[in-house]
Amino acid sequence: MSTVRHSEPLIRLVKRDGISRSKSWGIRIAAVLLALLLSGLFIYSVTSLNPVDVYKAMYEGALGTTRRRWITIRDAMVLLCISVGLAPAFKMRFWNIGAEGQILMGGCVTAWCMLYLGASLPTPALIVLMAVVSIAAGALWGILPAIFKARWGTNETLFTLMMNYVAIQITSYCVALWENPSGSNTVGIINQQTNAGWFPALFGQTYALNVVIVLVLTVGMFAYLKYSKQGYEIAVVGESHNTARYAGIKLSRVIIRTMAISGAICGLAGFLAVSGVDHTISTNTAGGRGFTAIIVAWLAQFNTFIMVLIALLLVFLQKGASEIASQFNLNDFASEVITGIILFCIIGSEFFINYKLIFRKKKGGAKA
Amino acid sequence: MKKLLALLLTAVMLLALVACGGNNTGNNGGNDTANNGTSDTGDTGDAGAVDIKIGVICVHDENSGYDMAHIEGITTACEELGIDMANVTFKYNVAEDQKCYDAAADLADSGCDIIFSDSYGHQAFMLQAAQEFSDVTFVACTGDQAGVAGQSNFKNIFPYTYESRYVSGVVAGMKLKELMDAGTVTDPKIGYVGAYPYAEVVSGYTAFLLGIQSIVPEAYMEVQYTNSWFDLTKENETALALMENGCVIIGQHADSTGAPSAVQAEHEKGKEVYSVGYNIDMLSVAPDAALTSSQNVWSVLYKATLEKFIAGEEIPADFACGYAMGAQTISALGSACAEGTQEAVDAAWAGIKDGSLNVFDTSKFTVDGKTVDSYEVDFSIIDFNTGDVVFEGPVVNVIENGVFQESVQRSAPYFDLRIDGITELN
Repeated sequence: MSTVRHSEPLIRLVKRDGISRSKSWGIRIAAVLLALLLSGLFIYSVTSLNPVDVYKAMYEGALGTTRRRWITIRDAMVLLCISVGLAPAFKMRFWNIGAEGQILMGGCVTAWCMLYLGASLPTPALIVLMAVVSIAAGALWGILPAIFKARWGTNETLFTLMMNYVAIQITSYCVALWENPSGSNTVGIINQQTNAGWFPALFGQTYALNVVIVLVLTVGMFAYLKYSKQGYEIAVVGESHNTARYAGIKLSRVIIRTMAISGAICGLAGFLAVSGVDHTISTNTAGGRGFTAIIVAWLAQFNTFIMVLIALLLVFLQKGASEIASQFNLNDFASEVITGIILFCIIGSEFFINYKLIFRKKKGGAKA
Repeated sequence: MKKLLALLLTAVMLLALVACGGNNTGNNGGNDTANNGTSDTGDTGDAGAVDIKIGVICVHDENSGYDMAHIEGITTACEELGIDMANVTFKYNVAEDQKCYDAAADLADSGCDIIFSDSYGHQAFMLQAAQEFSDVTFVACTGDQAGVAGQSNFKNIFPYTYESRYVSGVVAGMKLKELMDAGTVTDPKIGYVGAYPYAEVVSGYTAFLLGIQSIVPEAYMEVQYTNSWFDLTKENETALALMENGCVIIGQHADSTGAPSAVQAEHEKGKEVYSVGYNIDMLSVAPDAALTSSQNVWSVLYKATLEKFIAGEEIPADFACGYAMGAQTISALGSACAEGTQEAVDAAWAGIKDGSLNVFDTSKFTVDGKTVDSYEVDFSIIDFNTGDVVFEGPVVNVIENGVFQESVQRSAPYFDLRIDGITELN
């Protein structure tokens, strides 16, 4: 009798069927701790600074003063707004990497309103108008690739990416048109004298309105995805087009409608960035946040409440990194390495939440 | 359960943040004392050291020649004045947008007494911060509004860059003359990679061409803009296009090494082309093709400003100075420079210093074939979109005694005449 002996591999990967909430959070927290340890090693070996001091500086940079806390919140809100916008598209497995363009289009029309209507409309009316036109502009930028996808099956990844470049060119044209002073290639602060079209302070806080708008969106999107019929349709389309068809869901309608919503919210983020934060427009208004938001949406698995945490974490890391650069005269790149290590560990932890490692058992255990 | 937990966590985190945010006095006070505590221990250690805190906002970091010039400038000035560098806080990679205001306000929060920003586009945000923090002095380098803004704690400084531009033009002119005498070049055409069609750039390239024309009077120039202060690829391509057009010497007003690298590459292919740089010595990227670079010595301006600040004297809203005070120089001459260049350079500097040589001497250039007898500049700051006057400024005839008085009425350049012999390609 011949038995073929298969040697058992040292480590096997097994997809987990399910994992308890406490265990998955335990893994995430372990990942963060590991990240802090690893970047501590990096900090010490490269710069021979005390890692604890560096972490303290990061904390100070992001949350050290009232102003810094508000800036962290403000920037997290814009990032969150974009992530909330991306959530329905990505849940539908529609790879909308065109948020940059949708933000810029929303920002451009907002800047146009501030420049040309700032003198004639009262600010509340202007803000409502800017919100509406930025939603329209963002939605248009989202609908175009969706129509092509729904009608002719074009690749939405490429299409939305290309739409970014179109939007960037339109923005540079607008900047050239509105530059102030001429020749500077910047628009400068719009309505610096009158503050027309700027977000008014709420409860004595400059950025309170930003927080209110984005939190309303966050709650709204959570409910939309979870409880509405349309949200369910999105989930089904995301799982399988054929299932959706079988269930009588009209694919093209869901795709176009969802992208209109996704683009609209990203457009609104552009309005937030221009009217609520920057008070100017440039090709950097989106500043890569349209891509960062994909990480936020994906890590949160489209749960908009988790997105709040992740957006805050990312902005915290970013602010912390620039504070390290400033306090210890480290190059920005060094602080970006730290951010990179932390993100890597957090994203990596998702792997261990989905899979478990099984080590080969000691000899005695194996059956003959 | 899942959502409930997420919701709760989020709510707690946000509440905590906002609650901390709202608690203005308590938290801030605590932090301030903590900050002061740490910095004070450093100061009290050595008595006699100057006790001021300085903030510096840079548009890029030390990898950009322009910012490096500022970082070195501040460092040198502080060394000379005995200011401990621990009292200087740098903020790097601060874009010319709301982030500049954030950085300025943050520096003011952390107790800085005087705050500098190094890029033109920072100005509006520095002014905004100046209006809010009236006991802190804000200096926007290369800005042009302090003279008319009427905000007493808001200042501008700018060196006489046109002087070093002119002298680097003399270096280029000597080389051009050598090439023409040898018969290798018959068409004295100069190329210039400009950033923006902005007075600062116009003033620079005009001075450069006038320097060349002081040696080769028939020289003429083509200017092409990149519409960016720092774009390696675009500057490289623009320089290539200009050399394609037959330009022999490529000057630049843009911050990267793109143009000199392109010139070096063409030079290696056997083309008789040479480069004149800006801010940093270009010999490392163009060892054979680089002649020299015009340079600002920012430490002189920083030192003068800080000196007045420490002494408690009034800092002028607008401050500019040049070679006479040591604020202008050119980098070491490259091996390709023509014989006698050093002597010509020395003569030009001497002339600038004693006033016998005026860069913008109206007898040396024409506009539309005519000598310019008078030129009125409106120093008001105008919102170009609405046409509104933001800050009312005087209208001044800037031509005096046959010389265009650059950087006298205001530190930032305002020479925006397009003189004969210069063609803007875009």
